[in-house]
Amino acid sequence: MNPQTSCHHPLRFDPDKCDGCMACMRVCPTAAVRVRYKRAWMLADRCIDCGECIRVCPGRAVVPLTDQMADLSRFSCRVAIPSPVLYAQFDPDVSPGEVVAALKLCGFDDVEGPSRACDMVAAATEIFLSEYRGQYPLISSFCPTVVRLVQVNYPALVEQVLPVLAPREVSARDAKARKAAETGLPEERIGAVYITPCPAKMVAIVEHPGMERSYLDAAVSISDLFRPLATAIAKAQGGGSTAARSETNSGVNWAFLGLLPRSLPAADSLSVAGLANVIRILDDVEKGKLRGYRFIECHACGEGCVSGCLTVENPYVARSKTIRLTQKLPAASPELRSEVERRWRNGEFSIDTAFSARPLRPLDENISAAIAKMTQKEALLAELPGIDCGACGAPSCHAFAEDVVQGEADRRTCVFSLQRALAAQVEELMSLVQGTPRSAGGEGL
Amino acid sequence: MASDEFERVYEVTGRDYANAGRASTSIKDILKHLGVHPVVVRRAAIASYEAEMNVVMYAVRARMSLRVSPAAVTIEVQDEGPGIEDVELAMQEGYSTATPEMREMGFGAGMGLPNIKRNADVFDIKSEVSRGTRLLIRIGQVA
Repeated sequence: MNPQTSCHHPLRFDPDKCDGCMACMRVCPTAAVRVRYKRAWMLADRCIDCGECIRVCPGRAVVPLTDQMADLSRFSCRVAIPSPVLYAQFDPDVSPGEVVAALKLCGFDDVEGPSRACDMVAAATEIFLSEYRGQYPLISSFCPTVVRLVQVNYPALVEQVLPVLAPREVSARDAKARKAAETGLPEERIGAVYITPCPAKMVAIVEHPGMERSYLDAAVSISDLFRPLATAIAKAQGGGSTAARSETNSGVNWAFLGLLPRSLPAADSLSVAGLANVIRILDDVEKGKLRGYRFIECHACGEGCVSGCLTVENPYVARSKTIRLTQKLPAASPELRSEVERRWRNGEFSIDTAFSARPLRPLDENISAAIAKMTQKEALLAELPGIDCGACGAPSCHAFAEDVVQGEADRRTCVFSLQRALAAQVEELMSLVQGTPRSAGGEGL
Repeated sequence: MASDEFERVYEVTGRDYANAGRASTSIKDILKHLGVHPVVVRRAAIASYEAEMNVVMYAVRARMSLRVSPAAVTIEVQDEGPGIEDVELAMQEGYSTATPEMREMGFGAGMGLPNIKRNADVFDIKSEVSRGTRLLIRIGQVA
């Protein structure tokens, strides 16, 4: 990995498994991967944890760093906080109650279903929006990759990131308080474990942007839990343990794109998913183009969390299953709203500290030097073929030119430059052989 | 060009809505790479976008240039177009000559030029009817 790891990342490139195929480099939306000598590595300050590299690596050389069940033995009591996406991984006739029972068979002492927190956060967001008097549009903060994208690439927009806690944090906090009261254990010995569709939630736990600390203690991936859960579901069905849980249609709806616009007035909110699309929308926000919208829900993954790279089911199928499941579920209790009003006044749904800007390192800290490097870069770029072949180990001629100016790559590694240099040498050799005088500029005298 | 100045020139085409906004996105990216302060980047992004859209909506074509020095970000737009008859009036908030088509696309609130001026430290506009308009936008305190 890159030596200057200033920030935590939930993935690791395994050099033993990497064969340098460049699939990760080509898909990385922030040009954070380089591949040389058949080995890929990450530029840590550019990575925003989207997990696209994990998704495409044919050799499974990009390893997500989520927790394993064995890591959870440090807690006296383990509470699973499933993402709403979890339910959509199984057959449509498997009820949330059966998934909950299966989680308990897999080693969790208790389960806090996602709906209650999702419904409360939706209500809290509505209250926040009704009182907000700052710049529009607000940008959702539930996807950690989107938060990091804003911090790194759109630092001027951090003040527009919704300062409301993510449902997973609300679930973890409430579950810990409930379990502490039930068991008499101190909260430190209760582990709140997110069952996660992506590795980015790991970063949210370790780096907890906007919070003094995360209420979550660990995250286990849906893909790691899928097989044991599927086995346990079969058993639970046999054993008949199908404790009904209080999931709601609006809560489980958070599994896919458009969750808040579905519950907030549609005219002034929009939802966008997939990093390339999110980037285009944030570009427009930064140019002041989308001031007419009050709220923008952004997801790094294609269809929202159902598309997370650590899920098992095809995201479109998962979305269809979620819709079918929510049709069977009740609406949120109308009394929840007054509870949220009261707790909102107590600050219980607000982040602790403002999201900080973490702008990308410029070409140089000194602006004169940065200008000189930019000029050099443009000059070099004009000489490069512009076909983004990747053979040099950078994802584009643009990225390569930047690496060269930064002293991180040798310009001769461009195969086209090499070809030109060789051709010139051959020409020189030929002219020696033929005994004709060599011209200064390579052209005839 | 002075050695501690970076320059980039864009050609902007009138009515080319499909590519509208590309120059201002590029300007924003360059400024970020140069380490220009995020607040200055944002002001330049908004001002250059409004200026670019004015060209797309009203002019035939324009030459839009970005110059960055350690002292200032300068954006200059020289267009060939109808020009502005009454610049003072055009500078008033809420005044607009936008067509229904432009309003359909969310423009025409009469905030374009005032918004550019608000985001600039130096703002200059010269216009000649049926020839074109020249805008100069400068934002100081770059780093």
